[in-house]
Amino acid sequence: MTRAFYWLFPHPLLTLLLTVVWLLLHSTVSPGMVVFGLILGTLIPWMTSVWWPDTPRGFRLGHMLVYVVIVLWDIVIANLQVAWIVLTKPNAQLRPAWVVVPLDLRQPEAITILAGSITLTPGTISADLSDEGHSLLVHALHTDDPDAVRDDIKNRYERRLMEIFR
Amino acid sequence: MMLDVIATYAIAFCLIVGAAFSLIGSIGLLKFNDSMTRLHAPTKVGTMGIGGLLLASMIHSMIFGNGALHDLLIMGFLFVTAPISGNFLSKVNIHKRTCPLPPPPASDATWAVLDVPEEDIALEPDARP
Repeated sequence: MTRAFYWLFPHPLLTLLLTVVWLLLHSTVSPGMVVFGLILGTLIPWMTSVWWPDTPRGFRLGHMLVYVVIVLWDIVIANLQVAWIVLTKPNAQLRPAWVVVPLDLRQPEAITILAGSITLTPGTISADLSDEGHSLLVHALHTDDPDAVRDDIKNRYERRLMEIFR
Repeated sequence: MMLDVIATYAIAFCLIVGAAFSLIGSIGLLKFNDSMTRLHAPTKVGTMGIGGLLLASMIHSMIFGNGALHDLLIMGFLFVTAPISGNFLSKVNIHKRTCPLPPPPASDATWAVLDVPEEDIALEPDARP
């Protein structure tokens, strides 16, 4: 039963997401549109599942919503900090630094989300992965203590992502 | 009537915040003199600048228009694609040696950009750090 379900819906959450995107594109909710969105949301993941073989199964949506709220809040706070740096710090006093973050995450999807949220919070940009994918290279705009930036990323984002992707 | 007034002020506030952050992002782009620090400016415009302007557009269409939610999609697609362009630009910076080279990774041999295959080293004489 579960195998038949996962054969028809390789990514159940992607099906939901595609339906919601379809409804947002039309910005009207009518039964016909919901049905058509569900058809698209079933067909597209089913046809493309060949190219996405190892899907994370234990994805916890509730934890993910908490994570999104935290990242959005951090974006606002960090924006204000970086705006202050741009307007008041002369170039000579700016101390950019490379930060190496050793990764405990292993799933590619989780690492992608981590790198994306690091770039979205201003002041840090995820620049590169190591050749085996076990370290993340982050560039910080201005920091006195690169180790603190690394610990902040590991405690605030990576720990939560480990809970989302079981 | 009261709702209209509140919405107008909210729209004006969002527009000012979005415009101010876009301006600050452009100032940063002009002011910084290193290619990696300059990369930080567009990520600000992408998040708060565009976010504020889209929020204003969303409130306007909710209160005065027919409640279009396309702006949520624009914001979603922007937030998904902005990190990728930032990642590519910083990879180019490292590849072209226009910034100080990063320290070696904690657990692996080297960074993915610096990992040039043996047979290509002759083609890219400046690829070696």
